Amino acid sequence: MSLIVDIHRDFGGFVLDAAFEAENGITCLLGSSGCGKSLTLKCIAGIEKPDRGHIELDGVVLFDSEKRINLPPQSRRVGYLFQNYALFPNMTVRQNIFCGLNREKNRTEKERRLRDMLKLMQLDGLEERKPSQLSGGQQQRVALARILVNEPRMLMLDEPFSALDAHLRDSLKVELRDMLQEYGREVLMVTHSRDEAYNMSSRIAVMDKGRLLSIKDTKDLFADPGNTPAAILTGCKNIAPARKTGIHEVEIPIWGIRLQTAQEVKDGLSAVGVRAHYYNPSAPQNRWPVTYLEEMEEPFEVIIQFRYAGQNPDSPPVWWRISKDKKPQQFPTELGISPVNILLLYDA
Amino acid sequence: MFDWYPLWNSLRIAAISCVLVFFLGIFFAYYAARLPRTIKGILDVILTLPMVLPPTVCGYFLLLVFGVKRPLGIFLLKYGIKFVMTWYGGILAATVVAFPLMYRTARGAFESFDQTLAYSGQTLGLSNTYIFWRIRMPACRQGILAGTVLAFARALGEYGATSMLIGYTPGRTATISTTVYQLWRTNDEKGAMFWVLINLAISTVVLLSVNMLEARQKKAVKT
Repeated sequence: MSLIVDIHRDFGGFVLDAAFEAENGITCLLGSSGCGKSLTLKCIAGIEKPDRGHIELDGVVLFDSEKRINLPPQSRRVGYLFQNYALFPNMTVRQNIFCGLNREKNRTEKERRLRDMLKLMQLDGLEERKPSQLSGGQQQRVALARILVNEPRMLMLDEPFSALDAHLRDSLKVELRDMLQEYGREVLMVTHSRDEAYNMSSRIAVMDKGRLLSIKDTKDLFADPGNTPAAILTGCKNIAPARKTGIHEVEIPIWGIRLQTAQEVKDGLSAVGVRAHYYNPSAPQNRWPVTYLEEMEEPFEVIIQFRYAGQNPDSPPVWWRISKDKKPQQFPTELGISPVNILLLYDA
Repeated sequence: MFDWYPLWNSLRIAAISCVLVFFLGIFFAYYAARLPRTIKGILDVILTLPMVLPPTVCGYFLLLVFGVKRPLGIFLLKYGIKFVMTWYGGILAATVVAFPLMYRTARGAFESFDQTLAYSGQTLGLSNTYIFWRIRMPACRQGILAGTVLAFARALGEYGATSMLIGYTPGRTATISTTVYQLWRTNDEKGAMFWVLINLAISTVVLLSVNMLEARQKKAVKT
């Protein structure tokens, strides 16, 4: 089970350039809106045609510009869960799922598989409803049921939670993840939310402005994003240009400080990132004097904005995020960071 | 014996041209939407012109093309087809004049169709024909129904192009609208009024049944 994608398409102002391979498990395409994530899915599904490239799924070539292969979406057998679920509004739940069973000609078999899927997706009793009479979560399950009965060779999910209320999202995330792991095939999911990416996926491909920058295991990506867009997408709030001053030392001119790093600094360093969570008043290393600016309260955490003593006044304040119960009474005069928590960013 | 011919003739002309316009309008609306912008713009103007031109001008153009002394007219005559001064010439006139109404409304409906529905159908393996008739058309049915009714009403009331192309021959090419004009012109006001009332009755029935159909659909969606 493997997916190989290498596609290129020029839209004039926007160029899509994505090459990656993915194996069993959930792979996330993470990127801000308009970065070409959904377009990549559409190219794999055969809805959009790349200018050139190669797409292969489980050894079957779906698209190859040189060999002039371009299978129609109908014969690619790629399941595609759209952002709005794309249930057919004029059909009942039963008719919608039957659409996914269009290859099955035997009526009793068709009915049996419908029953099994309704049971699996906890949709019993809803078969005669129209999509407009279902809740968001039910609509998602119907759309997924319709895709799964179709027995696709892989599954693609486009922002599967964006159409749901916030309180539904978390419980459905767990539900969907369990279901997908049971499904046991290649899953490609598109999201702009780092939390969803972290919750759901085993691997993450970072996309920025039409380009696929890197693909890494989820934990590795969050521990070491490697470049600025990836650092921003994984939620790093403090990013500043930096230059190498030693094998384990970097200088950050706009903050007026130098930091020791655990990782070896390579040539070509462009910036460093420090996650807002990782500032620590009691850390022994990388301590620099700071001045308090202001703070913003969240339900369980506080975001404190501060400046380094030697910081360039035109540069944005630095963020420190700490849980309320750990917040010190008095704002500390110095803040430190453990050298392992300095993210080294290399932008091509 | 009272001459009911104009009613029968009007109804068959309106019904047949309505069917033609239904398929032609949908065909052009669907394919025009996929054409490159410039070609689409030009085609759009040509296809919509009959709606804004005076019907007599449309009739004039039809005579230019299908007149028995014109190349196409002569050619068709070899096969026994003559659109001038025949009842089925009225179908041609009504179709040309009613076409833009169907084309414009169907195009509007297709343009507001959620394309992801078609895409998801394709990825599920449904044929494009199935998607068109079972998903796209039902989703666009309000607009298409409205276009069909407008086209039927317009075809039924067609006067200008019809009188230019097929004239008025009692018992052969007479329609309700040409009969009204003819009777009024010959000072038969009672006769004219009779046909006016017939026309009013048909139009009212058509519009009422459409309203009822829509109301029933809305109810069906709710429950």
